[in-house]
Amino acid sequence: MKATVLVRPKAGILDPQGEAVESSLRQLGFPVGEARVGRVIDLEVSAKDPSSARAEIERMCERLLANPLIESYEIELAEDG
Amino acid sequence: MKETQPRIGVVVFPGSNDDQDAAWALGALGAEPVRVWHGDEALPQLDGVVLPGGFSYGDYLRAGALARFSPAMQAVTEFAAEGGLVLGICNGFQILCEAGLLPGILRPNASLQFICRDVTVVVERTDTPFTARCEPGQELVIPVKHGEGCYYLPPDLPQEQIALRYAPGHNPNGSEQDVAGVVSAEGNVFGLMPHPEHAVDPLLGSSPRSWTRRASVSTPARSSALLSAPYARRCQERAFARGRGAPRAPSAGAPGRGRAE
Repeated sequence: MKATVLVRPKAGILDPQGEAVESSLRQLGFPVGEARVGRVIDLEVSAKDPSSARAEIERMCERLLANPLIESYEIELAEDG
Repeated sequence: MKETQPRIGVVVFPGSNDDQDAAWALGALGAEPVRVWHGDEALPQLDGVVLPGGFSYGDYLRAGALARFSPAMQAVTEFAAEGGLVLGICNGFQILCEAGLLPGILRPNASLQFICRDVTVVVERTDTPFTARCEPGQELVIPVKHGEGCYYLPPDLPQEQIALRYAPGHNPNGSEQDVAGVVSAEGNVFGLMPHPEHAVDPLLGSSPRSWTRRASVSTPARSSALLSAPYARRCQERAFARGRGAPRAPSAGAPGRGRAE
């Protein structure tokens, strides 16, 4: 089963990359508000059903893929994976 | 009675690049450095462990995030749990934070730039084995070189765990509350972003502020004044003999210094 994990800096956590992107976009003439930069991880997991896949990926996120102190994560499963 | 030489492990990860300097500095301070490979599942008999600077596992994902799962780090975690002394420098500090041996986390510098320069830090705690020879409030000049040294301070962190701060106006990376180094609640694990192992040799400009004779990487077992003039001269002579020790510019006051040609 294929899955995508989105890792983001938590709200309120300083994100210098996001700030740099934001100011560059404004310089290019795009009137953007706040920009935040995170990370995308595409995965293939062996779990057969969505709930066990989700549980397994949550464990991956807590242990490695995200740092829960400063990052939040979101799991998207490709149902027809 | 002969003083026993402390054996200090230096863990070498793929991508470590300050392990040699750390081992050299430990030797200069009178310790016996022992290399520990990241794949080793057990530590030899050691009096302390240094996690050196560098870019372990390429700093992929987050700095230190992958190194924390190496077999050697499992052994270091057990060593620390038993009260063993662990010092993490730069990438070593990042690994200790990722491993949960120290609170907080280090994130990309606020400027997004890699910073390489001397900074002044203030010693906040002198009751740790790592800073016992410093005076409270003592200022030390130590180089930093990192891209990810912006310390995120957990809101519940007791202030007494902040062992080292950048002096006012010297915060190079946007660290919260100017944190440069933190110590574990038990006091046996210490991490800092500046590189004390790069500030031990007069050849590298550290002579006027040779603070390591009083501080940090020394172990509680022994920390004599190793940067005495005879020792400094010996270092210079050895470097000159290898043909790569020419001082960049002539400067006054260094005994025994000559032109290399």
